[in-house]
Amino acid sequence: MTQPSLGESVVQKTIAAQNNGVAANITQTQPLWLLAEVTYRCPLHCAFCYNPTDYDKHTQNELTTEQWIQALRDARKLGALQLGISGGEPLLRDDIEEIVAEAHKLGYYSNLITSGVGLTEKRIQAFKEGGLDHIQLSMHDITEEINNFITNTKTFELKKKVAAMIKGHGYPMVLNVVIHRYNIGHMKEILEMADALGAEYIELANTQYYGWSLVNRSQLMPTREQIDEAERITNEFREKSGSKMKIFFVVPDYYSDRPKKCMNGWGEVFMIVTANGDVLPCHSARVLPNMQFPNVKDTDLGWSWKESPAFNKYRGDAWMKEPCRTCPEKEKDLAGCRCQSFLLTGDAEAADPVCAMSPHHHLIEQAIIDAQNPVIAAQPIVFRNDKNSKKIIAGELNDRTEQFHALP
Amino acid sequence: MDQTINHSDVFALALHHRFQWEEAQNSYVILFPEGMVKLHGGAGEVLKRVNGIASVGDIVTELKAAFPDAENIEKDIIGMFELAFSKAWLRKV
Repeated sequence: MTQPSLGESVVQKTIAAQNNGVAANITQTQPLWLLAEVTYRCPLHCAFCYNPTDYDKHTQNELTTEQWIQALRDARKLGALQLGISGGEPLLRDDIEEIVAEAHKLGYYSNLITSGVGLTEKRIQAFKEGGLDHIQLSMHDITEEINNFITNTKTFELKKKVAAMIKGHGYPMVLNVVIHRYNIGHMKEILEMADALGAEYIELANTQYYGWSLVNRSQLMPTREQIDEAERITNEFREKSGSKMKIFFVVPDYYSDRPKKCMNGWGEVFMIVTANGDVLPCHSARVLPNMQFPNVKDTDLGWSWKESPAFNKYRGDAWMKEPCRTCPEKEKDLAGCRCQSFLLTGDAEAADPVCAMSPHHHLIEQAIIDAQNPVIAAQPIVFRNDKNSKKIIAGELNDRTEQFHALP
Repeated sequence: MDQTINHSDVFALALHHRFQWEEAQNSYVILFPEGMVKLHGGAGEVLKRVNGIASVGDIVTELKAAFPDAENIEKDIIGMFELAFSKAWLRKV
């Protein structure tokens, strides 16, 4: 170490929770975050799920335990530190205990991202012994009615039981609540519930529109007034409740006039390995046209991260078009989300239409208007389940997907 | 909560936080749910001595001995404790 630097500019890099937990500076040359989407099978059928609507193609070709362990080793060598084990519902696999134990040996800080369905005393005991660092539990509402409606399952009582189990085993309680039209009016009660459960962290994740949530956008999107009120209540809770709980309020991009710096930059800090082994820079990258993503079954992760055309495609800003190319704010948001641009405009290199300077911004304004149109909003929710996924693959729900430039 | 750092204070890493050396980053890091912090060399030198036993004063003495040429080292060390405590990476024991 250089002595004069002792104590100086102490923190080089702070990574906080946003964009699904990812944020950092650009110029990072290593993946810091590995998300293992170990299965797309799921006992819940949430209307806002960001998984691909055609996930049914990937429920029969999941990676084996050995392939996952190899992927963890290879990513760790590249520098990955934070591991998210997600899905679908990861607990539907019976080898999570082995994966967790290997992650611990390798020095990951590991996080099981779960609905809680399938978590038993026996399994949580094995996770604790294996060195799992924390468990992120999804909660949906304070009311049984909304929980069961939006997940299309009867899981309300179970979630409360699982929350107590997590706490009982000395884990930090990290709750994730996806916010949408059906629960946004219960913000204060949701925060009070989380506090009463002893949560250390709560992420209030306003729905972002990808996968199933894009198909259900008009049914889920709250109004601007509801969002503002939710944020006000959250701030008031922070100031007045005296709770030590850390609250992350993820602002919905449709209601801001600049796009999010999606994944903190393409191929900057975040790497996903999907159930079938595809290696992606973001959750929904497979919607992009003319892209060949590497797969751990046939290519080395180091090559995928450093050399693959897919990971290099949108690194930096050389690929940008106007108005982004000459925009003074381009480094702040890197032109937003490539998937959102493509899904909504048909051009992956266009400015994210969320941006008020985008020539396609009217598409966002229209989506907000549509969500308040009682006729459109009254269309039934397409719940995330195998039957609907098969229907979408077969083109049977075209009326709900044809307005987008790829299958969400 | 009183955030003043005294020489007699003893700190430990906050619950659910992990401090480790990262070869790929060539630095120490603190890991916790939903995030991480990458530390400069100097900050890492302070935090690696935090063990729930050594007092702030002990750590100052040790670092002064280890880095005799560093000027104002004590002020920097206390600054580091203030930051780490205010960010809740450390807890008082």
